[in-house]
Amino acid sequence: MSNIIELKRGLNIPISGTAAQKAKKVVIPDVVAVKPTDFRGLIPKLLVREGDTVLAGSPVFADKLSPEILFTSPVSGTVTEIVRGEKRKLLEIRIKADKDQKYEDFGTEKTASLDGDQIKERLLKSGLWPALVQRPYGIVAKPSDKPKDIFISAFSTAPLAANPEFALRDDLNDIQTGINALCKLTKGRVHVSFNRENYSGTPFHKLENIVPHIFGGKHPAGNVGVQISHVSPIVKGDVVWTVSLMMTAAIGKLFNTGKYDVSRMVAVTGPKAVDPSYVKGIAGMSMKDIAEYYDNSNDDIRFISGDVLTGTNIGKDGFLGFFDNQVTLIKEGTECEILGWAKPFRTGQFSASKAYFSWLTPKKEYDMDTNTHGEPRAFVLSSVYSKVLPMDIFPVYLLKACLANDIDKMEKFGIYEVIEEDLALCEFVCPSKIGIQSILSDGINLMLKEMA
Amino acid sequence: MNGLVKFMHKIKPTFSEGGKLSFLHSTFEAFESFLYVPGTVTAKGTHVKDAVDLKRVMIIVVLALVPSLLFGIWNTGYQHNEAFGLGWGFWQMVWYGFLRILPLYLVSYIVGLGIEFISAQLRGHQVNEGYLVTGMLIPLIVPVDVPLWMLAIAVAFAVIIGKEIFGGTGMNIWNPALLCRAFLFFSYPSKMSGDTIWTGGLTKYLADGSAYACGNGVVDGFSGATPLVHAGQGIQGLESAGISFMDLFIGNIGGAVGETSVIAILLGAILLIWTGVASWKIMLSSVIGALAIGFLANALGTTPYLQLPAWYHLVLGGFAFGTVFMATDPVTSAQTETGKWIYGFLVGALTVTVRLFNPGYMEGMMLAILLMNTFAPLIDHYVVEASLKRKAKKVKIA
Repeated sequence: MSNIIELKRGLNIPISGTAAQKAKKVVIPDVVAVKPTDFRGLIPKLLVREGDTVLAGSPVFADKLSPEILFTSPVSGTVTEIVRGEKRKLLEIRIKADKDQKYEDFGTEKTASLDGDQIKERLLKSGLWPALVQRPYGIVAKPSDKPKDIFISAFSTAPLAANPEFALRDDLNDIQTGINALCKLTKGRVHVSFNRENYSGTPFHKLENIVPHIFGGKHPAGNVGVQISHVSPIVKGDVVWTVSLMMTAAIGKLFNTGKYDVSRMVAVTGPKAVDPSYVKGIAGMSMKDIAEYYDNSNDDIRFISGDVLTGTNIGKDGFLGFFDNQVTLIKEGTECEILGWAKPFRTGQFSASKAYFSWLTPKKEYDMDTNTHGEPRAFVLSSVYSKVLPMDIFPVYLLKACLANDIDKMEKFGIYEVIEEDLALCEFVCPSKIGIQSILSDGINLMLKEMA
Repeated sequence: MNGLVKFMHKIKPTFSEGGKLSFLHSTFEAFESFLYVPGTVTAKGTHVKDAVDLKRVMIIVVLALVPSLLFGIWNTGYQHNEAFGLGWGFWQMVWYGFLRILPLYLVSYIVGLGIEFISAQLRGHQVNEGYLVTGMLIPLIVPVDVPLWMLAIAVAFAVIIGKEIFGGTGMNIWNPALLCRAFLFFSYPSKMSGDTIWTGGLTKYLADGSAYACGNGVVDGFSGATPLVHAGQGIQGLESAGISFMDLFIGNIGGAVGETSVIAILLGAILLIWTGVASWKIMLSSVIGALAIGFLANALGTTPYLQLPAWYHLVLGGFAFGTVFMATDPVTSAQTETGKWIYGFLVGALTVTVRLFNPGYMEGMMLAILLMNTFAPLIDHYVVEASLKRKAKKVKIA
């Protein structure tokens, strides 16, 4: 194996509610949703109407700018509702699943006998193309590109993230097929990063056709963006793709079985989750399907598709995101705390700084809630951010460039290298409570607009 | 306590948009968030946040200043006692110091916070907690006998010109507390320099022949000059005034209210460094810078002042206080890690340079920090450029 890249900067957030490694149930989906909002900057073109019947793998909408990119239904059933938001923005296409699932057949062929264009065509048709995420910007990959490399992170350090060895334990074969397929789409190689903790023990170390890397350290060591910046930093003009391990497995399944299969082991986690564990679910499944995991009688639970740093607040009637295999349930922190900031001890609160005493209890896990613990202010402490960002960039300079809409400076300070998830920890530790991910989002959207 | 929250929630609509007193909403919010951490929840981005906020950060700096303040209270009484030969006990000195320093704090906070509240109100902003620290600092770096009306004007200048016109805490380029002191010294030089303003009660005594709380005259041989003045005659100057290195370190000497005791300042420094609120890099490099110029002067020196051992500069005047509490202000100091080393070094080096080569003005710390505040963005600019260049080269090779 290659050298170990040890990242010194970072932070593991000690939130309670890790999922126990057991599969509690198999979700038989009732209503699922396909959400255009899972994909950055996408302008969807609707391809179905209410009442239409679809198979698993039938297109539901397409990318208006590149109509060959299809987004397909995870289940077979009937389109029941098309949900739109302000300005008629398409939010969700809800599909009621049939009892017996029927799949579109995309054909089983050995990836070895297919060339890059054939693989691309199958991915586009089946709806798995959007699993390929382009860096810079974190948008759906362009079919016309041939990326410099493709990066996969085989571990996650995000708070309470699903354990890939458990969640993907039956999928090793599919992941290998997926990697073989991806190899044909890039000019370079497929890079896979492993965790220093278990790189020789994980079943994934048997994967072939890859360039392995080993990373050690706290979150965000498992973020693919951080790994890229240490393997080969993205400069202007570079295009690389990233794929999650779970999506690689789905791509493998497409070629092995001919089906669009986005079922997955989903970790139900968080302080508000009762008996946190895994369920066998599917992309777009409803939160109502995991009702036994929570008691929302006070209506005070936030439902997050993903982790607490980067996930989406989907609400109690929400649906799991396309890329997510984790649901986090936390309490809405609407209570006021008298003189909270002045109390010498706040043993129930976690702080990465030594301003409180949580450094005395490094093993403790906290029932975190959504309270902001303070009000937004200007940037004051400039040194806290780089302590949790193991990348060679200046986060405050980049964010100020984003605020100023200064494209030249954004370029200079590394907008190509980061997406929101990479700076999420900076937002967590920020004593000024600045919405760092949202500032960066605006910056990236401006780049997309200006560079298009 | 819950009743309080309920009461605040009850009166909130009056101050919110559409309410009768909505023009006071910044003031209301300031008091509200002072009394309790509001129940605001995260909207975008991370769903959970660290427990630390700026109020907590600021309160830690205030705590770090408490040893200096307490020592300053005692020392004000002690100096008065020494000057007038009163034979006071410990508590009498403390009481005298308390009575002299309390008005300074009242002026500092009433004027400063008043302006903060008004300007926040005018702009519809929230009141920032930055002044908690500035207001704590200002009385500690002025002479105890400063006339209160002068202090009030200086505080107003510092808050308006130093901070509010830039947009408030986080946007200012100069340390507001130091700006306050600079304003005092340049606007009222006749009142703000010389030997007679550093001892509590002396100004009043010289003006109308009687000092607060006593009718005695000053003791024989009393000069009122600060150690910095004596140090102008080198180590012999200090010795003949009966001031040892230990005296300077402990701080029972004349000077601005809170800057004399290096021990008390070090206690604050430990808290600041441990909590990571202030940068140890700036503190250390400032000490290195001062020693570097000090030793250089020792090596080349011909006059007694140049031969004053370099380490004396660390305990003289406002060096220690400025290094720990002023130079490390996270807003006005250099932001990059390498920049902090350069910035700190230059602060220390400039301080000693000004002291040694400017006979007209003894205390170099204030000017050195203000000058380096001005240049901090430039230092950062070059550090960032160099880092980007290095990175570009690395990418090219790879």
